[in-house]
Amino acid sequence: MTQIIFEHVVKRFGSVTAVNDVTLTVGDGEFVALLGPSGCGKTTTLRLIAGLEFADEGRILIGERDVTRLPPRARDVAMVFQDYALYPHMTILENIGYPLKVRGVGKQERTERVAEVAQQLQIGDLLDRRPGQISGGQQQRASVARAVVHQALCFLFDEPLSNLDAQLRLEARAFLKHLQHELGVTTVYVTHDQAEAMALADRIVIMNYGRVMQIGAPLEVYRRPANTFVASFIGSPPMNLLAGTIDLARGLFRLNGQEPGIDLSALFGRLNGKLTDGQTITLGVRPEHLTPQVEPSPGAIPAQVYAVQPMGGEVLIVVRVAGKLVSVRLFRDEPPDLPHEIWLVPDLNVSYAYDADGNLLQ
Amino acid sequence: MNSFVIRSWLARGLLFAFSVVIAASFVTPLLWLITAPFNTQANLAVTIPTNPSLANFEAVYHNKFAMRALFQNNLIIGGGVMVLVAGVATMASYGLSRTHVPGRDVLVYVLILFSSVVSGTAAMVPIFLLVFRLGLIDTYAGVILVMTGGLLPSAIFIMRDFIDSIPRSYEEAALVCGASSLRVFRDVALPMVRPGVVVVAIWAFVNAWGAFLIPSVLLRSPDRMPASIASYSFYTEAGTPNLTLLSAYAFLYTIPVLVLYLIVNWRFGFRFFGGIKS
Repeated sequence: MTQIIFEHVVKRFGSVTAVNDVTLTVGDGEFVALLGPSGCGKTTTLRLIAGLEFADEGRILIGERDVTRLPPRARDVAMVFQDYALYPHMTILENIGYPLKVRGVGKQERTERVAEVAQQLQIGDLLDRRPGQISGGQQQRASVARAVVHQALCFLFDEPLSNLDAQLRLEARAFLKHLQHELGVTTVYVTHDQAEAMALADRIVIMNYGRVMQIGAPLEVYRRPANTFVASFIGSPPMNLLAGTIDLARGLFRLNGQEPGIDLSALFGRLNGKLTDGQTITLGVRPEHLTPQVEPSPGAIPAQVYAVQPMGGEVLIVVRVAGKLVSVRLFRDEPPDLPHEIWLVPDLNVSYAYDADGNLLQ
Repeated sequence: MNSFVIRSWLARGLLFAFSVVIAASFVTPLLWLITAPFNTQANLAVTIPTNPSLANFEAVYHNKFAMRALFQNNLIIGGGVMVLVAGVATMASYGLSRTHVPGRDVLVYVLILFSSVVSGTAAMVPIFLLVFRLGLIDTYAGVILVMTGGLLPSAIFIMRDFIDSIPRSYEEAALVCGASSLRVFRDVALPMVRPGVVVVAIWAFVNAWGAFLIPSVLLRSPDRMPASIASYSFYTEAGTPNLTLLSAYAFLYTIPVLVLYLIVNWRFGFRFFGGIKS
């Protein structure tokens, strides 16, 4: 039973607060991805779990044990580094077996356990090579093998796939997810790639400026971003965000105050009492929730076609709305024949309004 | 031929002549060193011995004082300085590189600046007094400690470059694997900076091997004198050198350093910079 718990953890580097009051719980056997742009504090959070950094405030618990002040070796975690950190002076066998050697496991048993894990990860025939003599993908597997071999309480991954090329990355992604399911070990995974986080994790923690912006299951985060930061970070292309003012009495939304207003009364009705007349809000709509049409209607947003991009299984249309570029995704392979001037109808059941601070109104 | 081509040839010719002069000034003493010892009547001229013989080496071999100086005292002093400098510099630079010491860079530069003073002529009197108070006059330990002190700052400076080039993740991976700091140093850092340790060790050895001033001030008994001082036993009482024997002795004097360099170069490759080849 290994939970990882953060209670109001703060970590500062000089005047920079890298991790700012983070509270979260990673459940037993759960795969949690820490996601965010560079410098958001995700790697520092991971290093705090590993004990490579120490928290300035707050408590960290691993498996009900307070490890806040414990050095890495007392925490019993396993970590995979971005550069794999395989020792060039040791063979793959010695590299994978190193955590066992440190723990005083005898040579005989060590060799057996390494061989077993290496077999499982399909690098069994590379054991007497040195890291410099094997490919990047194989190095990645060897560093995962080193983490797996000593049955630690949890796995920590620090962008383990970012040094692989695109093809290999997809392969390694599936392999990591499969492995984690098989072993059922609590896992924290740092990445800046939202697709990777969506594909791998049971839950995603999105961070920015050292703060947690949202925690949730991948689809939950995708469907209902808690703020405009998450909305603009998750999804490719991300959620469209349109700022404007509202006319509550007539149920209208005006982009940059432009006439005529767009009828959003269905959305306003859902937010009954949360809105004030004349308030500035940001409307958030996913590209796939905009339907283009050639005739104006009360709930439609006027737009000009900017570029049509057939992607194979879908078509991405980029349009200009009140001077801003907006993405529209159609799940069809043939690009539609559209005039320059079109109107977009948002699906108001899956559209959201954010207040001036960027927080979801609900 | 146009003037440009002529000028270019002229420039080449001048450069060539200049290079020859420079090269000759380096090569001639070396030529002397490998020809004179085999010449029974050597003088300062470089001559290929008409009748090469090993008689000079035999005569040198019978000079017990000089032989002890070279094959006992020099090895003890050189070896001691080498081990101490390499060991202390490695640990010190690892510590300096891996912990946050305020004003660290200033500290290292100031130390380097002062090291040339500390082991230099200017500080000989205080050094003598210090060693005297410590009761280390006329001991190998006194010489080894003073020379180590003089060489350490530069050695730390060289070592730091090697240590800084190890990615931190290598050590962090070992820490997470469960290793203690000391274990990380031994299992990960040390094997990776081995080329640096070797460079510093050889450099310290060569420095100690040729040292003259410090042993001449700190040592008293002839039994403990190193070869640089013992070479004076090939001078007559009037102060003129016996070039025939001196050249043979000098030849022997250079051999250990050469052999050491060749072994290291063959085994590790000699370089003065860090960098990890994985």
